[in-house]
Amino acid sequence: MIFLTRRAAFSASHYYWNETWPVEKNERVFGRCANRNGHGHNYTLEVTVAGEPDPVTGFVVDLNWLKDVMEREVLSAYDHRHLNLEAPEFKKAIPTTENIAIAAWQRLEPAINSGGVGAAGGARLSRIRVYETPEIFAEYRGEA
Amino acid sequence: MKAYFGRRYLVSASHRLHTGELSTGENRAVYGKCNNPHGHGHNYVVEVLVGGAVDAETGMVVDLVALDGAVRKQVLNRFDHANLNLDPLFRDSVPTTENFSKAIFSLLSDALPQGELEYVRVEETENNFFECSARG
Repeated sequence: MIFLTRRAAFSASHYYWNETWPVEKNERVFGRCANRNGHGHNYTLEVTVAGEPDPVTGFVVDLNWLKDVMEREVLSAYDHRHLNLEAPEFKKAIPTTENIAIAAWQRLEPAINSGGVGAAGGARLSRIRVYETPEIFAEYRGEA
Repeated sequence: MKAYFGRRYLVSASHRLHTGELSTGENRAVYGKCNNPHGHGHNYVVEVLVGGAVDAETGMVVDLVALDGAVRKQVLNRFDHANLNLDPLFRDSVPTTENFSKAIFSLLSDALPQGELEYVRVEETENNFFECSARG
């Protein structure tokens, strides 16, 4: 089994706020991230796909195809956007790095696992990593 | 849903690779430059990965500030700007980065504010790193 990873960058703003909590609790739990004017990050998205290399092409997936899938499913929705206000999955869920990793998985899994032209050889989405800064990241592996 | 939260910390420390089990010549042959009697140092990067359910109210696996506090108390205060050979944990073992990653894993695994320690990765330089995992 080969694990292939592609990176992409997106820049977005967000804030952390739980509508069911009073202001004071939001500010205590989320600190500076609770500023309702938002703040932003240069995120790095890492998408890892697992599979066997195709006997003819030697590819697990075509990297250009994967790049286009990431662009269409994730970057077009997140890059230079306010995640709380513009991404429907964060109308309710808080756009923490953990939740962004899960949401990116949900956006990418149907396209990658459908085995389209680019995903020959039964490649499957294996891991999503989202770096909020070079020192802070979250990972989702499709676990319940 | 289970997810993982990762954080990278910097630890600057000195060490010398030397064991009383080997002769002076053997130590020099095995450890090379790292056997210099005066020691040497690294900017270690300690990467900690914590796994657990994403809390429905906060959207978090672990609170970053609480995790930082635990790592500071258990790891950074102990090892940053210190000589690893003088730490009691390395009285009977050589402070290789393999053993350093195991030591950090055992110091942190029961001290996390939330979640389970998935791995500790210690990068000794940009070109080598060591991982101690919960999976043994």
